[in-house]
Amino acid sequence: MTSAFLSRSFWRGIAGLLLLALLWELFARSGLFTQALTPPITRIANTVWRTVLDGSILENAAYTLTRVLAGLLLACLVGLPIGILMGRFRAVERFFLPLVSVLMPIPSLAWVPLFILWFGIGEVTTLLVVGYAATFPVIYNSWTGVRAVNPLWVRSALAMGAGQRQLFRSVVLPGASPYVFTGIRLAFGRGWIAVIGGEMLANPAAGLGRAIFDAREYLDSEVMLASIFAIGVVGIAFERLVFQSIESRTVARWGMVAAAGARR
Amino acid sequence: MSAPFLLVAAAWEAVAIAGIFPAKLFPSLETVFTTLAELSLDGILWAHAAGTLARLALGFLLAVGVGVVAGILMGRFQVVEDLFLPAVSFAYPIPGLAYAPLFVLWFGLGDLPAVLLVGAASCFVVIINAWKGVKAVRPLWLRAAEVMGANERQMFWKVIMPAALPYILTGLRLGLAQAWRILVVVEMLTAVEHGLGWMIFGAREFLNTDVMLSGVMVIGVVGLVLEKQVFERVERYTVVRWGMLTA
Repeated sequence: MTSAFLSRSFWRGIAGLLLLALLWELFARSGLFTQALTPPITRIANTVWRTVLDGSILENAAYTLTRVLAGLLLACLVGLPIGILMGRFRAVERFFLPLVSVLMPIPSLAWVPLFILWFGIGEVTTLLVVGYAATFPVIYNSWTGVRAVNPLWVRSALAMGAGQRQLFRSVVLPGASPYVFTGIRLAFGRGWIAVIGGEMLANPAAGLGRAIFDAREYLDSEVMLASIFAIGVVGIAFERLVFQSIESRTVARWGMVAAAGARR
Repeated sequence: MSAPFLLVAAAWEAVAIAGIFPAKLFPSLETVFTTLAELSLDGILWAHAAGTLARLALGFLLAVGVGVVAGILMGRFQVVEDLFLPAVSFAYPIPGLAYAPLFVLWFGLGDLPAVLLVGAASCFVVIINAWKGVKAVRPLWLRAAEVMGANERQMFWKVIMPAALPYILTGLRLGLAQAWRILVVVEMLTAVEHGLGWMIFGAREFLNTDVMLSGVMVIGVVGLVLEKQVFERVERYTVVRWGMLTA
């Protein structure tokens, strides 16, 4: 890391970002469009700072993140049992696989208008949409993961006299874990997209998607860009800090990391 | 294969007929299929589906045009990579949908913002994969081609492109899936004239749950066809045939 700070790539990266910022600044200040629509970076930064100070952007980000995590939890509660059972038992696989492969290509957000009619606008609909988006990567990857457990391990565990339960807990689960983990990570990405759409269409109380959508009414493009920036920061931070540290503490420690990420 | 569908259909039908929910909100399957048949006979469904597909094609072409070129340039030239990689990797994880209201302000309602948004949302995954693909070309092949006297152009078309193509195709596949997932909502937000997303959104105003369910079904079928038919076929004719990948 320390050498990266001094390398030429690093400085060029900074230069690239500065160049893009400068181009935008020139474009924004050129008066080609009104600054209400294309605010200069300085004003966007100012808005970020102001909304951080008064806490509104943090509050919205907290709402959005909570919704994603709740949807992810829902997806794991539904998806993990189905996926693991599909991988373990032929009959379960035969039943669920056709349903999963038909439901998977339907974008979760296509359900929003229907969910609004069924469950009303607000929190429940948003949560269900995030859950729907996140469930399929979890199912698909845990199913693949269980089937991808090295058969040699299963046979040797059985030969050494492992019972079904032991086999499952000590061999199948750790063996499938890199895939399952990749699935949850993908599910977070999907949920992160779905939550923005859900917040725009289903009108829950607060959230970054909501903030962007509402700001349009007031031509407040500074708040919109500031919120987009916040969405980027929160998404990257969560991916880097949370998922990578969980991965290094579990999957990598069990020596399974080479397989992790092999399947998207 | 069909047993699970029959079971789910029977369960749906039982709930619909039992009248637990109002029929207007939870229509029976006959109603949905009758509506589906009517909509397709009237040609309304086709107009909406054609609008959606045209938008998908345009947006995706935009993403491919920009993404593949940018990705290859980044992979080939270190300067380009250094300049743009930070910006690309920051923008990549931001859901394209977040830009939707902003694009509406900039470009108005209708087709233009919808196409641009779909393009913007799906181009980053194309860029990243094209860049990775060019980076992943085996140095041995490059050196061998060089020793055998390949010039720049030959090197690019005969070595780098075929070697990077599996990655590029992966990027296109992911990009198309992403474009497809976002397009439906984009149509709802930008009020296009014809589109499946808009059809579902509009039907809500009139409590036409049967129209909405028909729309969702068509969307599912199109998604399935895109994934299974289009890409698996392209892959079979190109990379698999060149022996870069085993099917």
